[in-house]
Amino acid sequence: MTQSLVSVRDLKIGAKTDSGREVAIINGVSFDIAPGEIVALIGESGSGKTTIALSLMGHTRTGCAIHDGHIRIGTHDVTAMTERQRAGLRGTEVSYVPQSAAAAFNPSKRIMDQVVEITAIHDLMPRSKAEEKARGLFRALALPDPDTIGDRYPHQVSGGQLQRLSAAMALIGDPQLVIFDEPTTALDVTTQIEVLRAFRSVMDKGGMAGVYVSHDLAVVAQIADRIIVLRGGVVQEEGTTEQILTAPAHPYTRELLDAFEPVPHVPAPQVQAARPILQVDNLCAGYGVIRNGEPTAKVLQNVSLRLERGRNLGVIGESGSGKSTLARAIAGILPAYRGKMMLDGKELKPDLRHRTKDELRRTQIVFQLADTALNPAQSIETILARPLTFYHGMRGAERAGRVVELLDMVHLPAALRHRLPQELSGGQKQRVNLARALAAGPELILCDEITSALDTVVAAAILDLLKELQRELGLSYLFISHDLSTVEAICDEVLVMLKGRVVEALPAARMSADATHPYSRLLISSIPKLDTGWLKGLEQDPDLLAQFTNR
Amino acid sequence: MSMSRRIPTPARLGYSFNWVGRVGLAIILFWAVIAIIGPGITPYPPGEMADWDYFGPISEKFWMGSDYLGRDILSRVIMGARYTVGIALAAVALACTGGVILGMIAAVIGGWFDTILSRLLDAFNGIPHLLFGLVVVAAVGSSIPVLILTLAAMYLPGSYRFARALAVNVNTMDFVTVARARGERFGHIILREIFPNILGPVLADLGLRFVFIVLVLSGLSFLGLGVQPPNADWGALVRENIEGLSLGAPAVIFPSIAIASLTISVNMFIDNLPTRIRDRTE
Repeated sequence: MTQSLVSVRDLKIGAKTDSGREVAIINGVSFDIAPGEIVALIGESGSGKTTIALSLMGHTRTGCAIHDGHIRIGTHDVTAMTERQRAGLRGTEVSYVPQSAAAAFNPSKRIMDQVVEITAIHDLMPRSKAEEKARGLFRALALPDPDTIGDRYPHQVSGGQLQRLSAAMALIGDPQLVIFDEPTTALDVTTQIEVLRAFRSVMDKGGMAGVYVSHDLAVVAQIADRIIVLRGGVVQEEGTTEQILTAPAHPYTRELLDAFEPVPHVPAPQVQAARPILQVDNLCAGYGVIRNGEPTAKVLQNVSLRLERGRNLGVIGESGSGKSTLARAIAGILPAYRGKMMLDGKELKPDLRHRTKDELRRTQIVFQLADTALNPAQSIETILARPLTFYHGMRGAERAGRVVELLDMVHLPAALRHRLPQELSGGQKQRVNLARALAAGPELILCDEITSALDTVVAAAILDLLKELQRELGLSYLFISHDLSTVEAICDEVLVMLKGRVVEALPAARMSADATHPYSRLLISSIPKLDTGWLKGLEQDPDLLAQFTNR
Repeated sequence: MSMSRRIPTPARLGYSFNWVGRVGLAIILFWAVIAIIGPGITPYPPGEMADWDYFGPISEKFWMGSDYLGRDILSRVIMGARYTVGIALAAVALACTGGVILGMIAAVIGGWFDTILSRLLDAFNGIPHLLFGLVVVAAVGSSIPVLILTLAAMYLPGSYRFARALAVNVNTMDFVTVARARGERFGHIILREIFPNILGPVLADLGLRFVFIVLVLSGLSFLGLGVQPPNADWGALVRENIEGLSLGAPAVIFPSIAIASLTISVNMFIDNLPTRIRDRTE
């Protein structure tokens, strides 16, 4: 049997809370990685996948410490090394590709200077040779203008390109092991394909081993040879990609797979309402200085839509398509400069300051990032109580009782109301976020990417909750997302947006079959499938890609 | 056992309060008490020339020595506490309250209001502090309310700038947008959504500003515009006895120690305020 490249034995990592209690983060994890093999660590947030990946470099985040176990990479015993020896290891033996390349690059230095930095730190080769090598890597990663892209600054290249450049940075020291920490999570689906392809081809050519950290099984299926499923710092299941996808043994793995398959949405029986809950005609909105009644940066252009009471409308598109602006314009946060909006047959003023309290109450908006949408200085009870007082004039015991009811509606324990937002998990925060909207007693909820920042299993639970609330309260949702499978799971009809315009309206159930506009087809074909051969077999028209994406 | 349970220590109330902060608070309280009970405990009237010698050493009669006129330094420090602690605290409270409120208003309203207010206060900030104090006190005469208002006016623009910069950042957060979309009024957005989230840095700024005000107050007193003789604030005590330094007189050391102990303890306390113990799993 060949010697494995990496061996991790009985790894235990822990941290201390501010009251002095010990918390175990990683609880006895063991695995091996063969040379040239790509292993994926998969699990929801808090499962310890990033902690394990970082520990392979001998690094732990502030406050954490490796308490027990052994990590060996090649001939180096990482756990027994001093910090100085580990620093020598990083970049040459093990390297790291971060989740957000935009945050990992120094905005004030040219890309080339940052890519070749590793060779200078470890004194590997002269500068001219390092630059030559970097250009070779840029070519291998299919970057445009490989000879000159290094002269640009990080803000002059797109997000997908920057992510590939950060891979070039990791590969320049010829490491034996590359750690990818959710490198495509922040990217659009069409960009994600390009990046995955580039990673795949470089890793195949170089014969390096890799650790790929992700929560997205479909992405992992395209790139990994083996998958390790983690939960709560313990390995749940380990197996080849084929075996995990087709014959999962552990119930948790099955749960992950099930969450990926959207439950088809059963449309509510058509309520015979005379008027749609929301009708939008030729809406135009934008940002910037207003000249002649029109803002300088126009985002939305002649958007029209119609949402029947008790139905759900999905809006999909990539970043920059104007889908969030649409929600803001409907909510009145960004006043539209032209067009008409009707809520339940009555006209809505563009600016929310001119709307009545009752109109504001009937339309509520829920934002993507529950972290920033909840005031960190207020307890959950205060946050939920405010709309009750504001819209319904509730006080005292009546209001306290209603807060508990609201928490119960979103399946949270009543004891949570004394906590601050930072003490909740991501899924819990999003439920509180939703409960605050429900507190107003709305008829229409504008959901702006509310599941995008959540793990698959948690997001699936939120979608179930939305459906349940719809049945009980007769709500209508305008559901904005870049993730087609979530839209499919909850919506009756879908609008595809591109550069501020609606390019196509489709029934959600027959999205892939009915799409006729080339952009909708491109978007739908870019969604990763739970199939190891999907990326290899995917054929996309390069002209079409060039036309609709700007990379 | 039952006795100790009744005493509400920070830990029992669910707060952690480290010893640096406790020491700071203890010194502040000590000076506050001295300021209040001062006239009752001075061994000599602060204006009386009690010693036959000038710049006298520490002795049984004069615990902190005597000054350049043979007055008792202990009595003068005790009486000075009133002026230093009182004027400086009142001025810093006024400056920070005004600055923070204006800063939050400017950040939330934005646009023209913000631009005009910011430029006005910038222009005002361009006038040298001591010069401004000189003109005001020369024009209206020196009294404690005038001193407090003048000092507050000098330090308000800085506090405004600081609070505005913080509030602009908080103002773009989604929870403020949610409150606005709910139809909340201006007052609620400022006091409930923004203020609690800028409070920490604002308090740290207050501590720093307090120190500056103590120093400027002593500068004004030196020019004869501050606290009027025979009374003196601590800064004035240092200035009037500065020649004693070459004679090794304690007269200049003790007022300096008093200023240092108060300013350092204010900063120690503000940097180490009691924090609520929070633990995710409890």
